[in-house]
Formats: sequence, structure tokens, C-alpha cells
Amino acid sequence: MILAFFALSGLTVASALLVFVARNLLHALAFLVLSFLGMAGLFLTLSADFIGVAQVLIYAGSISVLMVFAVMLTPLASRNNGSTLYVIPAMLAAGGLASLIGFVAIDTEWDERKGEALGVSDFTTTVAGIGDLLLGRYLLAFEVASVLLLFALLGAIVLVQERRRAGEEA
Amino acid sequence: MNNSLFGFEINVWLDALARLGLIVGVMTVVAMGLIYGERKILARFQQRVGPQKTGPFGLLQSVADAVKLVGKEDLRPNAADPWTFELAPYFVFIPIFLGFVSLPFLLDVNIRLLELGLLYFIAVSSVNIVGWVMAGWGSDNRYAMIGGMRAAAQAISYELPLVLSLVTVAMLAGSLNLKDIVEGQANVPYVALLPLAFVVFFISTLAEMNRPPFDIPIGESEVVGGPFVEYSGIRWSMFMLGEYASLWILSVLTAAVFLGGYSWPFGEDFGKGYQLVLMAAKSGIFIFLVFWVRASIPRLRIDQLMSYSWKILLPLSLVQVLVVGFVQVYELPDAFLTVAGVGGLLALVSITGRAVASSRRLPGAARTMRSEAV
Repeated sequence: MILAFFALSGLTVASALLVFVARNLLHALAFLVLSFLGMAGLFLTLSADFIGVAQVLIYAGSISVLMVFAVMLTPLASRNNGSTLYVIPAMLAAGGLASLIGFVAIDTEWDERKGEALGVSDFTTTVAGIGDLLLGRYLLAFEVASVLLLFALLGAIVLVQERRRAGEEA
Repeated sequence: MNNSLFGFEINVWLDALARLGLIVGVMTVVAMGLIYGERKILARFQQRVGPQKTGPFGLLQSVADAVKLVGKEDLRPNAADPWTFELAPYFVFIPIFLGFVSLPFLLDVNIRLLELGLLYFIAVSSVNIVGWVMAGWGSDNRYAMIGGMRAAAQAISYELPLVLSLVTVAMLAGSLNLKDIVEGQANVPYVALLPLAFVVFFISTLAEMNRPPFDIPIGESEVVGGPFVEYSGIRWSMFMLGEYASLWILSVLTAAVFLGGYSWPFGEDFGKGYQLVLMAAKSGIFIFLVFWVRASIPRLRIDQLMSYSWKILLPLSLVQVLVVGFVQVYELPDAFLTVAGVGGLLALVSITGRAVASSRRLPGAARTMRSEAV
């Protein structure tokens, strides 16, 4: 377990580092996929099976391909990975995130949350629990998210709709 | 920590390694058999004989081809991106092999049954799109690039109906564990309850595997060889192996998920030999159907392909999910599902027929371009 943890976190951190070291945007994307996969493995070692699988399905499988399309279809596709317009905001956001995670990590009482202390020996699947919560207690959030996606879909249709030129037949 | 494999107690890591070795070995042999079978069956459809000179009945043809491919020089174009080009075959190949892990071949014969087996299968089989795009982009060839983009667009579009038709099965079985899904079909296979979902699933798997009539990413007359036009030798054979491996994996999945696996029609009490015959027959039907479609239907155009997925398959599979939900919530009899499914199937056939009849019409933008060119 320890070995798996170190191998996976090494993979995740190293490829995340390479995402912004790589000069080529598409190389950066490939490393991003590797980092997603490593993160999915870390979720699995933490017994979060559903999140691990969803990470592979959504991020490594779909989001990455969408990003490839986005990179290829934008005019700045051939530019260098290093020359971004948002260095300062990105630094601020990353610093804020890092300090938030660091604060939570220091603030947490880890002794209470060890496996032995929680008395969890057998691992049971989390899917049923997640499903119950999503369609029970958090139903409103779930539905709002789906409405948001519907609006995104409609927006995409409106954006790419073929506009008829004047005088042209349908 | 120790696990048991074939009754031996061995270390966890050794166990994982042995199981992975088993996957690769079995898969290579099966893929070679499938290539031989496809050539023979396709030959029969086209009134030819097929391979017959190498070994008895040409059985060693695939072995000879494999030796030839391995012996070929492994070329890389000068302008290609070295890392992307060389690593792309692995990104196509490994996810397909990972899908093997959760499949229930026979009762208690599998690599590792996962509680989330079905979801796991969908997840890992979606990763190989990255490999296709990498191969297309890394080759520094326009045909390869177009082919890779087509592969990605197609795989993303057809993943939705594929997943939605599997969702209906998971709803009926009440589980994502493939063993439970097979057990749930001891009396009635799900193809009888969800005929529409089965057909949508079959069409989507054809597209996911880039098999004809959905083989536009690798269509020779349009993009030469698609993403792997620049590949040769062992790397090309890895793409080939991956293609046939995914054919076999999807056939076993179909047999387990829709056709009742090893448990229908006579239950699980019979021996392993009986189950093996049953699974072989069921996955064989699926494989034969795939070959049959390849021999019969011409390739689609890219806009036809996209609109078929988004405008026809996706809405119908959404309706199927809704119907299964209604039947489960209001506890209607199962016969209702069959009737609705057959109705949906008729709708699918009629809509497809109309689409085929009107397929001469080009979409608006292409029509203007053509009239301007003339």
C-alpha cells in the first residue's frame, strides 16, 4: 500500500510538474492526462472507488480530449506553453490554493482520522451511499447542476447555428 | 499480503504481475485467431476462399503475418514528434487491455471482479482516445491528423449512447458488478427486456471500435490509413492487436451484459465446459455480426455519422432510460419493457430507413460550397 502510494503520488506530482515545464502545449496535455491517471490511482488507494473511476472516465477520457480540441481550434495553438497572459493571476490562485490545503492539513487532527481510530477494517463500495445522497439530501444541487449543463448545451447550439444569408433558400 | 492464484498463495505484486501476463498472452492468441476468422468469413461473404496456403486451412497465416510485422523495420518520420509518436501505441493498447480485468468469463473465472466492474470498463475504455489523438498529432502528417481528430470526435459522440444503454442494464440489475448482472439474467436475458438498448449498444460498439461502417478515422479512400499511416512494424501491429483485442473484449461484455453470460438458459449449476461453450457461442454471435456488417454496409460520411449518434441514437437511448425508470418505480410487469423496447426498435429502424433514403442531401454549408465551386 505504501509502495503504491509513493509510486502514484510520484507519478502525479512529476507529471503535474512537467505540465508547465513542457514547452509544447500538446505535450503538456499528455502529461496532464498522466497526472489525472495518477490521481485516480491515489483515490483508489484511499478507498474512494467511485471517485477514482469517475476521475478516469471524465478527466482522463473526456476532458483531455475536449482540451485537445480547444487547443487545436484556437488561433494561438502553436504558441509556446510558457507564454501565457495570466502569469500573475495564476500565481495568486495557485498560492491561495496551496495555502488553503496547507492550512487544512496542519489544522486537521490526524490521529482521530486514522483507519484504526475510525474502526474501519472492511471496505465497502461507496456508490450506493453517493447515489442515495445525490438523489435524496442533495437533490436540489444535483438538479441545479443538470440545468446548468442544459444551458451550456443550448448556448453551444446558439453559438454554432448556421445563419441564413439574406435571399438564400433554406 | 498474499493472494491466491490457481490455488497457490503468492505475493500481491507477483499476483498482479502474473494476472497481467495472463491477459497479454491470452489476448495475443485470441487476436490472431480473430484475424484469421475475419479473413475467412469475409472471404466467404465475397465469394473468395481466403487464406489457405500457410498451414492446414491457412491456420498459420496470422502467425506468419505476426512474424513478418515484427521483422519489419520500425520507421519514424524525421519530422514526427519523437516521444508522442513512440508512446501513442501504448496509450491505445494498455487501456484496452485494462478493460479485460473486470470481465466475467465463466463462473469464478476472471482476472479480478470489481464491485464497479461496468463503470470501470467504461472508464478505462475511454482513455484510448488520447492515444489516437497522440498518434494523429505526433506523426506530423495531415492525413494522420485528420484521422486522429475524426477518431476522437467519433469516440466521444458514440460513448454517450453506449453508456446510456449500459445504464439501463445497471438499472435493471441494480448493480454495477458484472457477476451480479450475469446472475440477474438466470431466467430472462436482458436482450429480451431491452431490445432497443441492445441494438443501440451494438451500433455504438461498432463506432467505438472504428469498425465498418463507422471506420471513417481509418478510411483508406479518404485519409489513407488515418492515425497510423506513418506507423510500421511492431508499433503498427500494436494498433492492430488493440483493435482485435477490443473486439473480443466487447463481445465478451455483450455476452455477459445482454445475452445472459454463462447463466442463461440453464443456470449456473452445470460445469465449466458447458459455460465455456455458452460464452464462446454468445460472443461468437456478436463477432460474426460485426464481420457481417463489415461485409454488407458501405462506409458513412462524417456528417451522417455525427448526426446519427446525436439525433437518433442518443434521444432513443434517453427514452429507454426513462422507460426503465418508470417500470421500476411503478413496478410494472417486465413484459411492458419488452413491448416498449420493440416499439423503440421499430422507431429506430424506420428513422434509419428514412435517413438512408434521404442521404443524398448534403448539409447546408457543404451544399453552398459545392454550388459555388460549380
